[in-house]
Amino acid sequence: MIQTVVYIALICVAVAMITLLYRVIKGPTLPDRIVALDALGVNIVAMVALVCIALDTNAFLEVILLFGILAFIGTVAFSKYLEKGVIIENDRNS
Amino acid sequence: MKTSDLILQTATKLILFLIVLFSVYIFFAGHYTPGGGFVGGLLTSGAILLLLLAFDMKTVQTILPFNYLYMVALGLLFAIGTGAGALLFNTPFLTHAFGDIHVPVLGELHLHTATLFDLGVYLVVVGVTMSIIQTIGGDE
Repeated sequence: MIQTVVYIALICVAVAMITLLYRVIKGPTLPDRIVALDALGVNIVAMVALVCIALDTNAFLEVILLFGILAFIGTVAFSKYLEKGVIIENDRNS
Repeated sequence: MKTSDLILQTATKLILFLIVLFSVYIFFAGHYTPGGGFVGGLLTSGAILLLLLAFDMKTVQTILPFNYLYMVALGLLFAIGTGAGALLFNTPFLTHAFGDIHVPVLGELHLHTATLFDLGVYLVVVGVTMSIIQTIGGDE
């Protein structure tokens, strides 16, 4: 029972990722693509959690937190590049 | 144009400690569950990178006054030290020892010298990653 539900959920997440991929490829501006990539990261987190349930293991639970952190840092870096032109400033007060 | 990063900086101050705690957890959990020195070191440098994104190079250098090249050297010393320590007990190079040791405050602990080797890996990974980021990021 739970296996069937997990597989249906996995297919739903996969469809969501394909539509997000459409936005990454088609997206007219760069911010569109960045938001789509961030959402793709969240969907990967969901997928890892569902695969964890399907395989009946808790070996991948660290991966979930890791992907969340990495997606956050990546999105922040991209947004800062768009806003300021540099990712790491040398001295923000000068 | 002068912009304000108030939300990013406040969020960083909260999230940073969570990431550092998670990296320390991953480092110590490496013996029994997935993780270890490599992932822990990368996650710690991710935390410092978040600090670099929210603030700037000069501030971070004031907060964490490390010379990352020395950190690499210290990590290699840890690794070679735990390897060479085995030679003192008439065992082959890199033979690790373990045992249940009574520590005054913490009580009975199962300690293993592989953790010290892993600490060396951790320091090397943090040092290498941060010196790459600092070399590329600093535009001087």
